[in-house]
Amino acid sequence: MSIIETFGLTKVFGSLTAVHKIDLKVEAGEIFGLLGPNGAGKTTLLMMLSTLLKPSSGSARVNGFDIRRNPSKVRESIGMVFQDPSSDDILTGYENLRLHALLYDLPESEAKDRIRKVLELVDLYDRRDDQVKKYSGGMRRRLELARGLLHNPKVLFLDEPTLGLDPQTREHVWQYIERLVKEENVTIVITTHYMEEADRLCDRVAIIDHGRIVVLDSPRNLKSKLGGDMVRLRLTDAHLENLGRFSFVKRIEKTGDVVTLTVENVGKNLPEMLKALGGAEIVEVRPSSLNDVFLHYTGRAIRAEAETPEGGWWERAVRARVSR
Amino acid sequence: MNARKVAKGLYALWYREFKVFMRERSRVVSSIATPLFFMLILGGGLGSIVNLPGVGYQTFIYPGFLAMVVLFTSVFFGTYVVWDKRIDFLKEVLVSPVARATIFTGKVLGGVTDAVIEVSMLMLVGVFLGLPFNPLSLASAFLMLFIFAVGMVSLGLVIGSFMESPQGFGLIGSFIIFPMFLLSGALYPLENLPSWMATLTHVNPVTYAVDGLRDVLLGTSSFPLTLDLSIVLAFSVAMIALGTWSFNRMKV
Repeated sequence: MSIIETFGLTKVFGSLTAVHKIDLKVEAGEIFGLLGPNGAGKTTLLMMLSTLLKPSSGSARVNGFDIRRNPSKVRESIGMVFQDPSSDDILTGYENLRLHALLYDLPESEAKDRIRKVLELVDLYDRRDDQVKKYSGGMRRRLELARGLLHNPKVLFLDEPTLGLDPQTREHVWQYIERLVKEENVTIVITTHYMEEADRLCDRVAIIDHGRIVVLDSPRNLKSKLGGDMVRLRLTDAHLENLGRFSFVKRIEKTGDVVTLTVENVGKNLPEMLKALGGAEIVEVRPSSLNDVFLHYTGRAIRAEAETPEGGWWERAVRARVSR
Repeated sequence: MNARKVAKGLYALWYREFKVFMRERSRVVSSIATPLFFMLILGGGLGSIVNLPGVGYQTFIYPGFLAMVVLFTSVFFGTYVVWDKRIDFLKEVLVSPVARATIFTGKVLGGVTDAVIEVSMLMLVGVFLGLPFNPLSLASAFLMLFIFAVGMVSLGLVIGSFMESPQGFGLIGSFIIFPMFLLSGALYPLENLPSWMATLTHVNPVTYAVDGLRDVLLGTSSFPLTLDLSIVLAFSVAMIALGTWSFNRMKV
């Protein structure tokens, strides 16, 4: 059963088409990843699915409810963890969840147990009576994961859940996400531009660029579609054209004097290749990663910081200060 | 949308604002202290040279400072919603099933609670200043201040819902709150003003709140009490309507 379905979903901001005719199905119970460079339209798509933004055209159904015609039913069906901290840091962890329980009309009798359960799930029960401003960045994320789950949503949206966290904390947050998938019967839609995150957590990923879905599949299939392993060479005396005749070289990409190749059956073919090149220094040989898939589909050009509705550097700076 | 959901939504929003209010003591202290200093220093400094018929200057300006506390607290409270936007707390509320109109109303209740608590403290100061309070005058003053606070919190929320960033925060004080206060007749009688000032004070809703408060607390006023009350009430109703509309169209 598809828990989310979109039909030609489109959002236009002035002259910018942030999301362009996206047709998408997310199945119940999966972890679905939306990957894309900054400004690709991931967050805009999420905002439309959570009814915070009205689509310019097209429509979508979440848990069977139309996002235009039945937004409050959609909102009851979903949980949301935003990119930026959205808990009130003057309140305690417990109070933030109590507030959430009231907003979602959880029966009083059920709310208490449920708050305890989700707090235990993210190991914050002991810190429940501390003000959120005393929490670390990772603890805040965990609190927000707990909050997103509190009202038993059918779908949990996670917008860049580990953005700005250090590697240890990120690993930790992943473990919590894996744990809640196991213990709570919930579909997760996650946006990220950390490829290891998507590779580790997601059953399927859609790579989005310029508001369109470029490719959609499981991380494993996407990697095998690249057709081999990655070889990076530094060419001293370039005879790049000689590689053209090898059918096992699937892809050639040149950045300065470093060439990145996708090569089938590296162990067997590498010596022959090097001979043909007439002298090259091997920089790296490794299995393809989702990062390679990402770069393959979205290109290597550096993106200008996108004009997202989030505001400029000043506001980011203020926000960083406010969120401590 | 049933009544229980609405009630719980209102309570949730009020609960948050009240908790924040109780924990941000410095904000409370500063919003009381400023009007108090102004009132005592202006009253003391000008009281000796200003002669008003029937009433001392300190007493004359007292109702104006009750209105000032409400004006400052309420409008700033409302505008504060722009900070909620910045830290994304607002999104958490907007993505919940609670209707926008309920969110707006809950915010108004939260802000009005802050304003009423603060103005009560200033009322206490009034007792020490020897103002002729009686239960009826106090009750009438509270009613007037409550209606006034509803309008002013709503005004602040309207402004806040249109603001994109807190950069404009200082401007609100300089171009909205202070002019509204200074042009309200809080510090001077409305009679015999230069014509440009007379015009501005007459279109300022704060004028009627101050005049009404003076009427119920001191028994002197420039307009009939019913006119004062009607205008303040009409202003608040208009602001609620505008506020609900602006919350419905507010983007995050």
